[in-house]
Amino acid sequence: MYQEIILDHYKNPHGRGLREPYDAESFQVNPTCGDEVTLRLKVTDGKVADVSYEGQGCSISQASTSVLTDLVTGHTVGEALSTMDAFVELMQGRGTVEPDEDVLEDGVAFAGVAKYPARVKCALLGWMAFKDALARTSNEVEA
Amino acid sequence: MTTTTANTTPLDVAAVRADFPILSRTVRDGKPLVYLDSGATSQRPLPVLDAERRFLETSNAAVHRGAHQLAEEATDAYEGARAKIADFVGATPGELVFTKNATEAINLVAYAMSNAATAGDDAKRFVVGPGDEIVVTEMEHHANLVPWQQLCQRTGAVLRWFPVTAEGRLDLSGIDELITERTKVVAFAHQSNVLGTVNPVGTLVRKAREVGALVLLDACQSVPHFAVNFRELDVDFAVFSGHKMLAPSGIGVLYGRRELLEAMPPFLTGGSMIELVRMEGSTFAPPPQKFEAGVPMTSQAVGLGAAVDYLNAIGMDRVAAHEHRLAERALNGLKEIPGVRIIGPPDTVDRGATVAFVVDGVHPHDAGQVLDSLGIAVRVGHHCAWPLHRSCGIPATVRATFYLYNELSEVDELVNGVREAQRFFGVA
Repeated sequence: MYQEIILDHYKNPHGRGLREPYDAESFQVNPTCGDEVTLRLKVTDGKVADVSYEGQGCSISQASTSVLTDLVTGHTVGEALSTMDAFVELMQGRGTVEPDEDVLEDGVAFAGVAKYPARVKCALLGWMAFKDALARTSNEVEA
Repeated sequence: MTTTTANTTPLDVAAVRADFPILSRTVRDGKPLVYLDSGATSQRPLPVLDAERRFLETSNAAVHRGAHQLAEEATDAYEGARAKIADFVGATPGELVFTKNATEAINLVAYAMSNAATAGDDAKRFVVGPGDEIVVTEMEHHANLVPWQQLCQRTGAVLRWFPVTAEGRLDLSGIDELITERTKVVAFAHQSNVLGTVNPVGTLVRKAREVGALVLLDACQSVPHFAVNFRELDVDFAVFSGHKMLAPSGIGVLYGRRELLEAMPPFLTGGSMIELVRMEGSTFAPPPQKFEAGVPMTSQAVGLGAAVDYLNAIGMDRVAAHEHRLAERALNGLKEIPGVRIIGPPDTVDRGATVAFVVDGVHPHDAGQVLDSLGIAVRVGHHCAWPLHRSCGIPATVRATFYLYNELSEVDELVNGVREAQRFFGVA
């Protein structure tokens, strides 16, 4: 389950730290273990301009958020959402979903985590924060 | 009768383990199971499983209703279990209420107290309102914290709490300011489910008596592990759960002093708990029935009775002595590892076999995962004691909890497993 890619992202996380400016911020917590992430999102011209985050948690939750920033930054909101759907599908597949490396890149390393139901929430923590922040951004744009 | 002759012969752990089929299974690609999570739930021995099955195969019926033979036998089995369990904790059967679990037992008291405002003169002593205070501790399991927060919210009372020292003991220095004439309830854990600390019941009870407050003891982590006598401890209420003491889940126990249970209004109402029902209103059965609305769990009660027989046959003193050895070995073994910090008292004085720790540079989840890959089942997270972890400045811990069926060699496997986790994450 602990692929080298996961450990690399854990030890050297990408995009970590909270940055300005941002359109929306989301705080997510895993109530079963207390892991936390605060994630900020900046969307410019329909594209994810920046994802910044702080958090405390296990290697899985921290590495998965690091991978998230790689996968969504610079992409359109639509592309980011479809990448998120692919990652969520992989994580909820109990190890039966074959990940598409073209879509998920380093995210494929989490395929093994999907076999451990207790850890799936860890892997999704940052992604849930991203989803929530994105929803808040759209609300603000609409408002 | 409770065994009074202290049997000091060390436990024959191999013989005990033979009674627990699950302990001989393997996990994670053939690793022998090292089960160190009994603080979350314990495993059940064959005599408990057999008792449940025998009851269901021969006597199953709804208790306290029906006049047929099975109903009689089921009622006898249910009430017989109650008598045994009551005796095990120094109570009489009428003082022992069966609940779904210990959490429900605490909620029962908290809700009965907010029902007291409209329950007549008998219930007056349970009324809580503005100006009153409920005192808990910072080391409580959420089950002995949230119901009191909610009671305060419903009634306008104020929640106060004892802090915890750096060594994981209750800080009693402010006891005279915390437990005062305003205090209605003092609720605390007998043994912390994280720190392993055994709290000074006598000191807290004496202070509560001085000011006329009621005492509720969360005995979930004590009754399974050493001899506990609620009458001698002089507490007003106490709770514990079946599944942490070799018995089925789905059964918990509320102990209450007889005169309190008689005066306290019910929480859940309906069938079984009534005396007389008219369309205009109802009167209630005497305790414990007053607090057992609906058809109760039965095979679970029988199973808990069998668990008490099992523990009595071994002797709680021997169980406690064995766990003391396990705790000592675990504390010594873990303390020797650089980068490992015990969260809780560092020695075995007034301390049970619950050992929580953190490993520098390895998140508890990750440590737990490495241990799991070695077949070692521990718990990771905040163990339903989030405020305690926050007060220690840590988000989570790894927790190993031991019971009578654990071998000393399993402690060594835990210690080696922690070293392995350090190596894996490059912090050794």
